[in-house]
Amino acid sequence: MIFFKKMIYFLKPLFSVVLGLGLGLVITKIAGEDPWNVLQILLKSAFGSRYDIGMTLFYSIPLVFTGLSVALAFQAKLFNIGAEGQLAMGSIAAAAFGIYFPNIPFPVAPILASICAFLVGAVWGAIPGWLRARRGSHEVINTIMLNFIASGLTSWMTLYLFRNLDSQNPETKAVGAGYWMPHLKIFGESPVSFSIFIALFAAFCVWFFLWKTALGYEIRAVGQNESAARTVGIDSAKIRILVMAVAGGLSGLVATNEILAHAGRFRLGFSPGYGFMGIAVALLGRNKPGGVVLAALLFGALHKGTSDLDLETENVTRDLSQILQALIILCVSAEGLWSFLLESSFGFKKKKKSEIRTL
Amino acid sequence: MTPSVEFRGLSKAFHGNMANTDLSFKVRKGSVHAIIGENGAGKSTAMKILYGIYQPDEGEIYIEGKLWGGRQKPWSSSSDAILHGIGMVHQHFMLGGPHTVLDNILLGAEQAHWGWRWLPKALRPIDRDEARQRLESLSEQYGLKVAWDALVENLSVGVHQRIEILKLLYRDAKILILDEPTAVLTQQETNELFDHLRKLCHRGKTILMITHKLKEVMSIADRVTVFRAGKIVGEREIHKTYVEDLASLMVGRKVSLKAESPPQVVLQEPVLQVQGLSVKDFKLQEVSLQVRRGEVVGIAGVEGNGQAELLQVLLHPLEYQNRMKGVIEVVGKNIEGLNTRQIRDLGMGVIPDDRLRDALLTDRPAQENYILGLHREKPFCQAGLILDRQVEELTDQAMEEYDIRPRSRLLKADRFSGGNQQKLVIAREFFRSPKLLVIAQPTRGVDVGAIEFIHKKIFRARSEGSGILLISSELDEILALSDRILVMYTGKIIFEFNRGEVTEQALGLAMGGEARS
Repeated sequence: MIFFKKMIYFLKPLFSVVLGLGLGLVITKIAGEDPWNVLQILLKSAFGSRYDIGMTLFYSIPLVFTGLSVALAFQAKLFNIGAEGQLAMGSIAAAAFGIYFPNIPFPVAPILASICAFLVGAVWGAIPGWLRARRGSHEVINTIMLNFIASGLTSWMTLYLFRNLDSQNPETKAVGAGYWMPHLKIFGESPVSFSIFIALFAAFCVWFFLWKTALGYEIRAVGQNESAARTVGIDSAKIRILVMAVAGGLSGLVATNEILAHAGRFRLGFSPGYGFMGIAVALLGRNKPGGVVLAALLFGALHKGTSDLDLETENVTRDLSQILQALIILCVSAEGLWSFLLESSFGFKKKKKSEIRTL
Repeated sequence: MTPSVEFRGLSKAFHGNMANTDLSFKVRKGSVHAIIGENGAGKSTAMKILYGIYQPDEGEIYIEGKLWGGRQKPWSSSSDAILHGIGMVHQHFMLGGPHTVLDNILLGAEQAHWGWRWLPKALRPIDRDEARQRLESLSEQYGLKVAWDALVENLSVGVHQRIEILKLLYRDAKILILDEPTAVLTQQETNELFDHLRKLCHRGKTILMITHKLKEVMSIADRVTVFRAGKIVGEREIHKTYVEDLASLMVGRKVSLKAESPPQVVLQEPVLQVQGLSVKDFKLQEVSLQVRRGEVVGIAGVEGNGQAELLQVLLHPLEYQNRMKGVIEVVGKNIEGLNTRQIRDLGMGVIPDDRLRDALLTDRPAQENYILGLHREKPFCQAGLILDRQVEELTDQAMEEYDIRPRSRLLKADRFSGGNQQKLVIAREFFRSPKLLVIAQPTRGVDVGAIEFIHKKIFRARSEGSGILLISSELDEILALSDRILVMYTGKIIFEFNRGEVTEQALGLAMGGEARS
């Protein structure tokens, strides 16, 4: 019985994904394409070659960071809508660090820049955390506001402090040569770098932190029932600030993928909304680190897969990616419905019996 | 005469355990009919079926001879019930604080100005004047006086109750169900309520009253039906019965209302000392008390007289720092400026009155609940890491020792029954053998078997040298467990009794602020 329940638990998100994709393909049919063809293009574009797989991974890495950020905050019942601003602040910080100290040699330079990105992201996350814990103003509002502030602030810094005068694009000067993370050669020309290991390590750390440490237990307790946590002496205000700071730091680590491995500089608008996609990733991944990694891979693949649709089809464009994401999220949100259907169709009688036993 | 309400063979199960089995009884028109039984005996379920909140699995209910519902003719909702003249006052009043009395009464039964009939229903303006007139006449008829324009949040619970009753009268209810109507009332308010109820009966209303206070049954009811474990175990006319008879029916064995007290332990040093504790804008005034190791000090009182506040101040003195006067010492140490964890680490265990709100992570497995508050303690935690194997082993042990059923440490807390949840909390708080135990309403919503078990555990903690502060609004519990009884009333401690010095009746009076022996 427990095995059965576990299976449903893992099958449900998968089911939502398949259903969401199916609905998406129906839409391509309505748009006048052959869904089968579209699906093939998607798969080929996402996984067709080493380079394609590399690009898929490259898009997935930032989603792992932002997904972890949202998921961690959610374990303490905090809604971190501010990953977008946090990753921007972390990235500009890493870039600025690289511009100010261009001569630091290789292994030290990216490490320091990553720490810098984490810390600045953490500050950006801790602000709404502090406001919530000490002043009671809701973190959803404050994180959204801080996204705008971060956007303005990074624009100003890019255009007025660190502007690359040799380029037409709104971007900063380049970081020093020692800052580049080694790329993974097996993925060809794609910019997948050592950052992928940082992302996986971060996922492991979040898991360990939440489920194996006393502090992680306190975070989950505050998220579950703040009043009970308070009664046994857990300081929920401190926990909230801490969680939001770590969440912000995780978002800030997006810099390892973008600044330190791909662009070597801060380019305005480099994020296609990684922070907001992180919310979807966390939702699909059930706010668990392992789930977040898998969900990030899926969304990365969707992002990469749809990028070739512009060229290869007549009637659908890469915007299909957003439609698919939205449909998957809708299906995930309707999960209550799936469990109801599954249980009423072939699990219900068994369940009743076991309940009698427990009572 | 046809009975006002008749249950015929009513049964109801939740998830396979029977809440009500084959209930059959009749209620005379114009009488006060009491439904008594221990917590979890199925009283509330039966009344909620009558009120249309639950559907029965079997059986029928007849209202004045007509089938009101049953398997053949299921009724749907409480709004159906009110149309049929059945009204219910819930234990927790359902009133909107920042609105006037008048609006609270009208909510859901608003009448529109005649001239606005052409508008869709939701948009019609409310005719408050007509409603006011009708209510005036109702209140005169039944002697229920309320200020119509006062805000509900500014009124006392006694008045809230009156408003709830008026709400039902306004809707022409003929049958009034009252769920534990006196739980939050003082003695005086209770007496007033009973006067009103008698008036209502004289004018032909039928009243069904759920309670577990036998004294009150004897003073107000005409007839009483006794529930035990979901079944009816007896019915009595009030003038042919007496308290002990009802008590043994309720519990199912002979009960002596006097509890056997285990041998007194030699009293040792105080573990809790409160001196002149007052909190501004909070119910506490000049509270002084002392708990020594090896004794149970009971705080009796109607709920809402400062007991909950006392517990809050003991746990979170930092939050009241600025408006608090007086000294609190736990295990000989002044707790001023200490946070909750530091106070608990001095050797204080707390069992809060509302376990779902303050003691459990309802959506997490039992083992995670067991370590809540112990999660930084030695066998469970080392160098900031939680040791899963220790947690599992010790949770299993605790479930065995405290007979927590089912023995499944992975089951979520809200899947356990109230009694087992409470045992889990008790197991956790007793784990550290605290020197001071503050226990609030330990047997609320707990089944009979568990009550006895919990009481035994409390006595054992006492004989092992814990000092226990017991906060309870159950007279029986206070009398059975306490070596000393303090009576709290409007935030003050107004009486102190030693074990055996006070009768249940005198204590009841004292809780209402009156001294008489």
